[in-house]
Amino acid sequence: MTKGTDLVVVDYRLGNLFNVVRACESVGLPSRITSNPTDVAGADAVILPGVGAFGDAMEFLRDSGMVDALRSFAVSGRPLLAICLGMQLLMTESWEFGRHQGLGIVGGSVIRLNSPAGLKVPQVGWNRIDKLAAANRQSWDGTLLQGLQDGEYMYFVHSYYVVPDDSGVVLTTTRYGETEFCSTLRTGNILGCQFHPERSGPQGLRIYQQLAEYLKTTGP
Amino acid sequence: MSLLVHTETATDPVSTVRFRKPNLRLIPRLDIKGPNLVKGIHLEGLRVIGKPERFAREYYEQGADELLYVDIVASLYGRNNLLPIIERTAREVFIPLTVGGGLRTIEDIRLVLRAGADKVAINTAALRRPEFIREASRKFGSSTIVVSIEVMRQAEGTYEAYTDNGREKTGVNAIQWAQRAAELGAGEILITSIDREGTGQGFDLEVTRRIAELVPIPVIACGGAGTAEHVVEAAVLGKVQAVALASIIHYNFMCHHSDNDDVFAGEINTAFLRNRKVAAHFQDVTLPEIKATLAGREIECRHTATECHD
Repeated sequence: MTKGTDLVVVDYRLGNLFNVVRACESVGLPSRITSNPTDVAGADAVILPGVGAFGDAMEFLRDSGMVDALRSFAVSGRPLLAICLGMQLLMTESWEFGRHQGLGIVGGSVIRLNSPAGLKVPQVGWNRIDKLAAANRQSWDGTLLQGLQDGEYMYFVHSYYVVPDDSGVVLTTTRYGETEFCSTLRTGNILGCQFHPERSGPQGLRIYQQLAEYLKTTGP
Repeated sequence: MSLLVHTETATDPVSTVRFRKPNLRLIPRLDIKGPNLVKGIHLEGLRVIGKPERFAREYYEQGADELLYVDIVASLYGRNNLLPIIERTAREVFIPLTVGGGLRTIEDIRLVLRAGADKVAINTAALRRPEFIREASRKFGSSTIVVSIEVMRQAEGTYEAYTDNGREKTGVNAIQWAQRAAELGAGEILITSIDREGTGQGFDLEVTRRIAELVPIPVIACGGAGTAEHVVEAAVLGKVQAVALASIIHYNFMCHHSDNDDVFAGEINTAFLRNRKVAAHFQDVTLPEIKATLAGREIECRHTATECHD
C-alpha cells in the first residue's frame, strides 16, 4: 500500500468500481477497493459507490460486517463520499422493490421517480445541480462542490431518489419531469450525490480534486 | 409533486422551469476493427480512419455526452485489441463509455466492464437467447445493459431485426423485439437503421418513434445523421432520448486535421474523405455546433462551460 492517505472504495460486488478508482488516480489520489470492514475502520476517507439494487447491496453489506463499520466511520468526522446507490444506502429506508432498511446514517427514505406519460424512468443522462433558493441555501464553499457553478451538468442514472427528513442537509436539487429531488446531501463530512462525478467530465472530476485537496491539507 | 421547499425567485431562471425534459444526449459512435477506428462508407465497404482513443479524447473535449465503441468484427475474429483500447480510453475520458460487438457471455461483459466500460451493448447473443438480457441485467444492473437492434425496413413497411452488421436476417419483428428486450431488463435500446447508416440522409424516424413510444426506457437512434437538423428531427419526430453520431462528426474532425497529424495511423489515405461525392452528404459541423442548433430549437442538452454563454 502507498504511504500517505488511505482512501478506500467499498466493494459490495455489484457495480463497476474501476472508474471510481481511475477518477481518483486522475487527481493523484491512490485508493484501494475493499470489502473488509477493518479497512473502513482505519481509513482516512471512504467512497461508497454504487450501481444495482438497494436490497442486494444492503444484504452484502450486512453479510460482510460492513454496516457497523460504515456507521462508525460516518460519525468519525472523516470524509465519506457516497455516490448514486451509495447515497441512497445512507438513508433510513428504501422502497425499491418492497421496503428495505438502509444504513440509517441520514434520516429519510428513498422513493421512486414519478413517470408521467412520455417521461423515461430511469433518468439516464445529464442534468443540472441547482443551489436552493436563498432562504434555505447551504453554501457550497467548504464542501466537495466548492468551485462548481450553480446549474452545473452532472451525469445521472437512477430510478429512485432520496428524501431526507431534515431539509437542512440538502445541498443541491435537480428537476426531472415534474419532480424536484435532492441530488446532493451534506451533513458534517458526509457528502452524498445521486449523480456519478466520475462520469461527469471535468466538472465531476473537480469533486475528486476537492477530496484530494482536503486530504492533502488534513494530512494522514 | 415537489418534496422540497423551493421558493421561487425572479433572479433564478432555472427554478422557473416547471417541467424539465430529459436532456438529449449526443453519443459519438466509434466502430473499431483491430486497433483502428473504421467507418463504413455507404456501399463502399470499410475505411480505416485513425486511432479510436485519439478521436475519443477529441470528442470528450468537445463536450460529447457519452461514447459508444463497437467492435465490428469481434464475432468473426479475436478481440485482442479491444480491451487495451478501452483501458487507454478510460484513463483519459470521464464520461460514460458503452462497448458492443461480439459480447456473448457474462464473462465477456465482465471483461469489458473491468477494462473501463460503463455499459455494454448486446445484439446477436440476446436474439439467440433472450434470457441472456435478464441474466446480464440481474448480474450487472439494468442500467449497464443496452440492447442493440439493427433494423431494416421491409417493403411492406415493417421492420426486421438483423445481426452481424446487417449481414444476417433473423425474421424477428424489430418493434416487438424492442418491447420484449425492455421487459427482460434492458436499460436502454439502441436502434441502428441499416438502410440509413453511413448515408447522411437522416435517421429512420418512424422506427425510432414507434419503439420510443412503446418502451418505458431510453431509446438511442443510430444511423443516418448528415446534418444538425437531422438530430433535431430525431428528438422531435423520432422521440428519442439520445442520438449516436459517426460519419458526420468523423468527417468534420478529419477534414480539419492534416494528414500527418498523429490522429491518423500510418497506412491511411485520407484523400477519399475530401472526395466531394462522399462529403456532399454531410454537413461540416462539430458537436458544439450541433448542440448550438439544438439549443436554438429549444431542445435541452448539456452545454459545457467553454461553449455556453447564456
